[in-house]
Amino acid sequence: MSFSSYDPGDHFDEMFARAGVPRPGAALLAKRVEELGPGELALRQAAAERALLAMGITFNVYGHTDGAEKIFPFDVIPRVLDAATWAPLERGLKQRIVALNHFLADIYGAQRIVRDGVVPKELVETAAGYLKPCAGLRPPAGVWCHVTGTDLVRDRDGTFYVLEDNLRCPSGVSYVLENRRVMKHTLPQVFAASRVRPVDVYPGQLLETFQRLSPRGHEATVVVLSPGRFNAAYFEHSFLARQMGVELVEGSDLAVRDGLVWMRTTRGFERVDVIYRRIDDLFLDPKAFRADSLLGVPGLFEVYRAGGVAIGNAPGTGVADDKVIYAFVPEMIRYYLGEAALLPNVPTYLCSRPKDLAYVLDHLDALVVKAANESGGYGMLIGPASTAEERAVFAARLRANPRNYIAQPTLALSRVPTLVEDRLEPRHVDLRPYVLHRGGDDPWVLPGGLTRVALRRGSLVVNSSQGGGSKDTWVLADDAGASC
Amino acid sequence: MLSRVADAVLWLGRYVERAESVARFVDVNLYLELDRPDAAAAAWEPIIATTGDSALFRARHAAASRDAVLQFLVFDRTYASSVVSCLGAARENARSIREVISLEMWEAVNRAYLDVRSADEAAVLAAPHDFLAAVKQASHQFMGATHLTMTHNEAWHFARLGRLLERADKTSRIVDVKCFQLAPTVEGGAVPEHEIEWLALLRSNSAFEMYRKRHRRVTPRDVVDFLLFDAEFPRSIRSCLREAESSLAAVCRAQGRRADARLMPVERLTSLRAGWERTQVDDVLRRGLHETLDTLQTRLNAVGDALYQTFVAIAPS
Repeated sequence: MSFSSYDPGDHFDEMFARAGVPRPGAALLAKRVEELGPGELALRQAAAERALLAMGITFNVYGHTDGAEKIFPFDVIPRVLDAATWAPLERGLKQRIVALNHFLADIYGAQRIVRDGVVPKELVETAAGYLKPCAGLRPPAGVWCHVTGTDLVRDRDGTFYVLEDNLRCPSGVSYVLENRRVMKHTLPQVFAASRVRPVDVYPGQLLETFQRLSPRGHEATVVVLSPGRFNAAYFEHSFLARQMGVELVEGSDLAVRDGLVWMRTTRGFERVDVIYRRIDDLFLDPKAFRADSLLGVPGLFEVYRAGGVAIGNAPGTGVADDKVIYAFVPEMIRYYLGEAALLPNVPTYLCSRPKDLAYVLDHLDALVVKAANESGGYGMLIGPASTAEERAVFAARLRANPRNYIAQPTLALSRVPTLVEDRLEPRHVDLRPYVLHRGGDDPWVLPGGLTRVALRRGSLVVNSSQGGGSKDTWVLADDAGASC
Repeated sequence: MLSRVADAVLWLGRYVERAESVARFVDVNLYLELDRPDAAAAAWEPIIATTGDSALFRARHAAASRDAVLQFLVFDRTYASSVVSCLGAARENARSIREVISLEMWEAVNRAYLDVRSADEAAVLAAPHDFLAAVKQASHQFMGATHLTMTHNEAWHFARLGRLLERADKTSRIVDVKCFQLAPTVEGGAVPEHEIEWLALLRSNSAFEMYRKRHRRVTPRDVVDFLLFDAEFPRSIRSCLREAESSLAAVCRAQGRRADARLMPVERLTSLRAGWERTQVDDVLRRGLHETLDTLQTRLNAVGDALYQTFVAIAPS
């Protein structure tokens, strides 16, 4: 398979500095891929897809009744991040998560940042993820966001920007682990010499994170709470429970009694110390939040408030996922840490500011408009790709509810060579690294993360629900890739 | 172990066994049909009767033709006990407890389901044998993977319980139906033209060669005796009950309980097994085979209910 006809074009290409010239970290990969015979890469690709289906690495698609699940498309060409690229990213992520955690503790505590006028009180309290009942709570070790998946994109000059923070229940890490497994089976000779940093340590680190939440430490009973097998991310819930060796429970498996949380087992009730919840805040407890939730555990929140059980991520973290709050993260970093943000935000217009709103309305065809509380690529207008009618619909929404919208310039997302039928073509990617926070000011970052790729030509939308796929992400141990 | 998991793993075992049983019923009849082309039309009705779902079948199909029965029992996704439905349900159960079973078990049941689902119906109807053999093999592979790759813990014993209770039930049903058809010959010697049907009954339980080692001559009495009461053949009802009882005891041990008669499922299964071991084939034939098997099926259901009440449906106090 030759890269000779591969044209990196005018975007930032992560593998090639220019046509025919691989970037230092990717040189070995390019060489090994070129050594494969014609058609071999496509065969490997097909083998990888079969392996994913056989392993049941699938996501559920709402509205499909037949089979109900699809594999998350996987592309065999990995994305390479050399050590020099990764190190500053890792530092920036740690800094950001520490600041966000300070913010959560503050916003549900003394609200200093509001009193000091850095973040407007009104914006915090109107954020959909802000949960008043969490005010005054002090989770173990002061940690709110135990698991974060931060979405990063790379612009035309290669600079990384934070696109959004996911502090509720970020998904996708199971694909990182399984993609790696499939990659090792599929292209062992390519993988072998590259000195890729391992990702298999994640489940152990995750378990450690949760065990620390319990005074009983390693004796703690940790469970993963899932909405059940019809949830889109069910595979991941089950996968993580299995990898950590803990029970996967659904709401109906748990019960509250005597101020504690118990699970129903064949021996009777057993106490639960720590819940890694993969259910949204509002569904956690029908007594405290949405009364119509069938997924949660009645009375859970009260036990949590009283310290009878630990929950990760803490209820209430969703306030920091609000895309309006996101705009303030660089200020939070300065406010809490006295540092400049290492990872820049994408410049963001807040429609709640009249001047910004006017600008956005005038430039709808050039901007990306996002609802503050949607994810998965829903509730979004991509200006350059939109029709006049779509823009009119959004203009009306913006005027009706400016608080709920932000706008950002369209970024020229970076690209990576991707197998399209029997050719390699550039496709746009993003990156979601995963960060675990256990208190202290030194979170742990999984080397790499989930690289999502927009498989349709020219598309910038990488979400699995909208034609996205994924790639293995290689963080190199040192500059080994350069020498070949 | 979570109660929901106990239930799911038990039904995982049951559904895989049920898919295998259905494939056996169909396969042996196809075999028989080749020997008795004249009686082909009549021979498919009893297969439906074995399932206990004749009414459902009649609502969907006018007559019990070979193709209609095959379609119903193998591919009908709206029929809960078809092969494809059973494997689908097994897979859904497996999916809901992936953290409990081994990767190899999951892959076996996942592949079995995907293969059946993607099979070309017309091609299978034209030449069903290889397909049905593959279903049986898939079940055996799953069983092998279960035995060799999963810790023999509480969950494992629940899966085994499900499988054995299902097998006891299915063996009783196929014996019941065949004997109803062949009733006049049971008490006397085998009528030669019926011998082939008794052979088929043995074959449908993979019992033919093992029977030959034990009894040599094929007589109705000995065939019934072998399938109901043989102490060593793994598909005989007696073996299934004894092994199920040992798995139930293991479940109790794993839970730190004593497997004594105060526990409802233990009481029911032990008395069923003990009574069965005291029963002689000649008494059964004298009293009526159908009544005996009917009672057995009812009592097997009662064991299933007791398992559910005791281990799954625990209520918050």
